[in-house]
Amino acid sequence: MTDPTPAVRLDAVEKTYAEEGLRVTALAGITADIPRGRFVMIVGPSGSGKSTLLNLIGCIDRPTSGSVEVAGQKIADLSDDALTDFRARAVGFVFQNFNLFPVLSAFENVEYPLLLLGLSARVRRERTMAMLDQVGLADQAKQRPNQLSGGQKQRVAIARALVKGPSLVLADEPTANLDSANGAAIIELMRSVQRQHDTSFVFSTHDPQLMSHADETFSLRDGRLVGHHVAETV
Amino acid sequence: MLFKLAFRNILRNRRRSVMSIGAIAVGAIAMVLFGGFVAIIILGVQTDTVRRTGHLAIYRDGYFTFGSGNPAAWGMPGYRDILDMVKQDPVLAPMIEVVTPTVSLFGIAGNFAVEASRTFMGAGVVPGDRDTMRRWNPYHLTYNNAADSGLDGADPTKGVVGTGLARILGLCEALKLGECPPPQAKEKPDSPLATDIADLADSEKAANAEPADTRPHIDLLAATAGGAPNVISMVVTRADRQGVKELDDAMVLMHFDLAQQLLYGRGEKRAIAIVLQLHSTSDMPVAKARIAEVIRAKKLPLEVRDFIEISPFYGQVTGMFGAIFTFIASIMGVIVLFTVVNTMGMSVMERTAEIGTARAIGLRRGGIRRQFLLEGMILGAIGATAGILLGIGIAIIVNRSGLTWLPPGQSAPSPLAVMVDGMWKLHGGIWIGLMLMTTLAALLPANRAARLPVVDALRHV
Repeated sequence: MTDPTPAVRLDAVEKTYAEEGLRVTALAGITADIPRGRFVMIVGPSGSGKSTLLNLIGCIDRPTSGSVEVAGQKIADLSDDALTDFRARAVGFVFQNFNLFPVLSAFENVEYPLLLLGLSARVRRERTMAMLDQVGLADQAKQRPNQLSGGQKQRVAIARALVKGPSLVLADEPTANLDSANGAAIIELMRSVQRQHDTSFVFSTHDPQLMSHADETFSLRDGRLVGHHVAETV
Repeated sequence: MLFKLAFRNILRNRRRSVMSIGAIAVGAIAMVLFGGFVAIIILGVQTDTVRRTGHLAIYRDGYFTFGSGNPAAWGMPGYRDILDMVKQDPVLAPMIEVVTPTVSLFGIAGNFAVEASRTFMGAGVVPGDRDTMRRWNPYHLTYNNAADSGLDGADPTKGVVGTGLARILGLCEALKLGECPPPQAKEKPDSPLATDIADLADSEKAANAEPADTRPHIDLLAATAGGAPNVISMVVTRADRQGVKELDDAMVLMHFDLAQQLLYGRGEKRAIAIVLQLHSTSDMPVAKARIAEVIRAKKLPLEVRDFIEISPFYGQVTGMFGAIFTFIASIMGVIVLFTVVNTMGMSVMERTAEIGTARAIGLRRGGIRRQFLLEGMILGAIGATAGILLGIGIAIIVNRSGLTWLPPGQSAPSPLAVMVDGMWKLHGGIWIGLMLMTTLAALLPANRAARLPVVDALRHV
């Protein structure tokens, strides 16, 4: 029996910033459920609030009002340390700029989240190598990020996000810094590993060509949810 | 992983890390060299003081505060019993190098053959004991002091004077001192005092009816315990330069028996002090406490003083050099502090996005703080270790260079030396101090890094 709890539940979420004395509304009253095990895309033009929404879903920011619930956990109830521990267990991130640690090898970058979970060296090694193998970089394990191409870096980032088996993976414009071929390959890879791991994937993009890959698409404009589309195949 | 990450981050900007490590190392080198130099000076002054005064002295109660102006009145009757008591005490005996009686006295020294006189400060000592005391050298320091006191245990009439006094009393040529004054025309004495002293000396010689002695000698006049003037003649075997001019112009070191004879005449012979020299200065507090305990238990009218009280110069030297060392260490500490704050601050700024990434992935604020603190500590550990090792290397080179200098209170140049052996406490202290300083310096940037909002940190370019 499948768990009916959505991967993410947003209830009247608002986020405002004060900039130079002005109140800027980044998100205004977003209410949505993102089901588990889906490949979800958040689309919208620049400044529409995609990154802000991903930050809230990823538990690295808190809403000004409203409620954010991730994997059944209300993030408002958690202290900073508890929220950090929750991210360590349940949320994986793939960044637009890859954000790999430049002083660590590909292997060590992927291993890093497992260290935070306190796993043994043997388990860490097995999982890390399996993940690198899955993204096709087992033979590049010892390379530092500056020795890898953009596509390879993003593969390492994907491996790092998935290695701990999170219930949710967030990717903020993961293909923005890649050429179209590499971008398509990365989307294919993300789609593939999402299916294998049955993980909920939420990523933002303003590239309409990628929308065909999504199970569900949420459209944002000026901080408001203006559309929700579910693919016919789902 | 934390250590690996910290170490690799230090190597990331090598030039900046090398500059920071260099600043820490220079601080450590300065402290090792100056600390070792100060240690040599302090131990040198201690050695010199303990050779002269011993570690402890037992006086009649009140002598130290009131009696030095009239030592004869503060003599200890039955001092041999006190000597025996100290020597046989089961607690004190194993600690003692020398225990010996001494006499301190003042008076007028005259060489009436050349009609010269001068007030003197005298000390009467047991020659053998004094020679043993002068050989005390537990720190293995190189000194140019004469190995013996210049006194003769078998001949109580022999004594030693300061070079200044020898010159004043016209013994310069007789003792082959050099820098002798030109000969002056002889004038008839017009001072009644000098005439009186000369008469006294002549009457003493006549009474003793000794054959003519060609050895250089002086006559010493002092008031006895009973208040009567007394004169004795002393053969001057040598003149020793004293580190302080006032002492050099007045010092007379004589045989204990001769000093007693001058101070007590035909009366009961007493000692002014029982001096104890210990094998080790570290035993001094225990020995002092034991003597005080015995004095209290036996209700003896005595007091015990240590060399730090007897010779305030020692305390002044240690205090002054301690203050200079603290000042230098503080300056070095501040330089290290600012260097590391700058290095770590730059590092935090450059790695802001990485801090955001680590926090997003699940590293707590405390983990970020630990990371930067560890980097500061590694910088400190490398810099302090390298600096201490380099400092020791430089110290060894200095010690072998053959350079000399004149330490405070010394009369002859000593080798310029930096203490290295047995300085593990100083070196350990420097290492720990620099580590604490670098950790403290890293704390501010580390806290700043830990407090960064994750979203803002990730947005940082």
